[in-house]
Amino acid sequence: MSAEILTGLAEIVNEVAGVPVGDVQLDKAFIDDLDIDSLSMVEVVMAAEDKWGVKIPDSEVKNLRTVGDAVTFIEKATA
Amino acid sequence: MAHSSKSGSPSGSQVGIVITGLGLFTPVGGDVATTWTAITAGTSGVRDLPYDWAADSPVRFAGTLAVEPADVMDRVEARRLDRSQQSALIASREAWADAGAPDVEPERMGTVVGTGIGGVITLLDAYDVLKERGPSRISPHTVPMLMPNGPAAAVGLDMRAAAGVHSPVSACASGAEAIVWAARMIAEGRADVVVAGGTEAPIHPLTIAGFASMRALSTRNDAPALASRPYDIDRDGFVMGEGAGILVLEREDHARARGARIYARYAGGGMTADAHHIAQPDPEGRGAARAIRAALAEAEATPRDVAHINAHATSTPQGDIAEAVAIRAALGDSTDAIVTGTKSMTGHMLGAAGAVEGIFTVLALHHRLVPPTINLNTLDPEVDLNIAANTSRALPSGDLLALNNSFGFGGHDVAVAFRSDS
Repeated sequence: MSAEILTGLAEIVNEVAGVPVGDVQLDKAFIDDLDIDSLSMVEVVMAAEDKWGVKIPDSEVKNLRTVGDAVTFIEKATA
Repeated sequence: MAHSSKSGSPSGSQVGIVITGLGLFTPVGGDVATTWTAITAGTSGVRDLPYDWAADSPVRFAGTLAVEPADVMDRVEARRLDRSQQSALIASREAWADAGAPDVEPERMGTVVGTGIGGVITLLDAYDVLKERGPSRISPHTVPMLMPNGPAAAVGLDMRAAAGVHSPVSACASGAEAIVWAARMIAEGRADVVVAGGTEAPIHPLTIAGFASMRALSTRNDAPALASRPYDIDRDGFVMGEGAGILVLEREDHARARGARIYARYAGGGMTADAHHIAQPDPEGRGAARAIRAALAEAEATPRDVAHINAHATSTPQGDIAEAVAIRAALGDSTDAIVTGTKSMTGHMLGAAGAVEGIFTVLALHHRLVPPTINLNTLDPEVDLNIAANTSRALPSGDLLALNNSFGFGGHDVAVAFRSDS
């Protein structure tokens, strides 16, 4: 399941910010490693909410530092 | 002191200002070369709208872009920009490369890009999303994409222009105002190089409905390419167009020092207002005539010096006559200036028009060739001008002055004077 979420998230990050799909790995930080700015992060969150039918509150977004954090959150939310 | 840099300039402004780069993204071409070839050949860029909604629209044609911006732009960049910003960025990059990508400190580099309406497609599409899916689905790029300073900001960021970024908004005079303000940035000593122009992406069922409701648009749905016909007796309104035009204005000594190619000189600008009506032109053209006189005064030129006028000439029944009256009032009965209305081919690109036609004026001086006014079968007897009807006309050699007129809803009147660089 987490592999599928990682793949889906990588596609979203590529669509939103042009980051190559292969660069979107679990240990990569959205801001520091992938150069995702605050506006693009909002887009990533919106697209993830649409794709997996989950709600990611603003209060939670700041805890999603790495791609792995986001995969874990989405995995739990869809369990 | 910036003013001390002037030396023997024929321009009326204290500092010599020259045009060193041009960029166009229009209904007849995706760059300057293609656009100029098309308009000097009399090619129309007005065509049927390619959108499903057009079936229910009172006007089903426009001057739509010859090249889709998203096809010539990075995908991620394109999705963060309104269509008007995409066009402005494409044209500004062409203009910058055309100028030889001069080496300028960001603090000495400015941007002035006008628009009539701003990101109206973004705004209205986002409102559809809001109604259908709620506020949580609104893109975080919505505001930067819809704000009217957005095109200037996008170009300014791309060019690293830190001297100042400005966005004149004066309806269909915006692009012309941008050129005048850019020259004044240089004249005031705020910048050495300014990337300036106008852009518009207005084609949406709401804007068409709004202009159609004013009875401002041609409704010649059965013959789009014949619909924009300035000065013709059968004209019935303007044709909406989209796109962008961007110029690089540069302090003359800066340009000469780097051996830049100079298309023409900026000679002067006049900006006035009708104080008459929100949408109707003053039938006596007084504000327009004052703008022309002001541009000539700043250029230290006389009416006899004017060899060519790229007129506003939108193809509305009243506007074309009011402008003709203004030209006669400002230049007198003896003028033989060759007048043309290039909106006959591009349609009316609103906030981009003044910049696009400013570029056409510069190119006319540079190539000594006035593009035609097409679809002019029967001249309106109330128009007493020497018009380049249907075929291009040559300009003589020597030192020539040319004018570009632009007027906007709200009563804005702008005239810009360019001089050949000989």
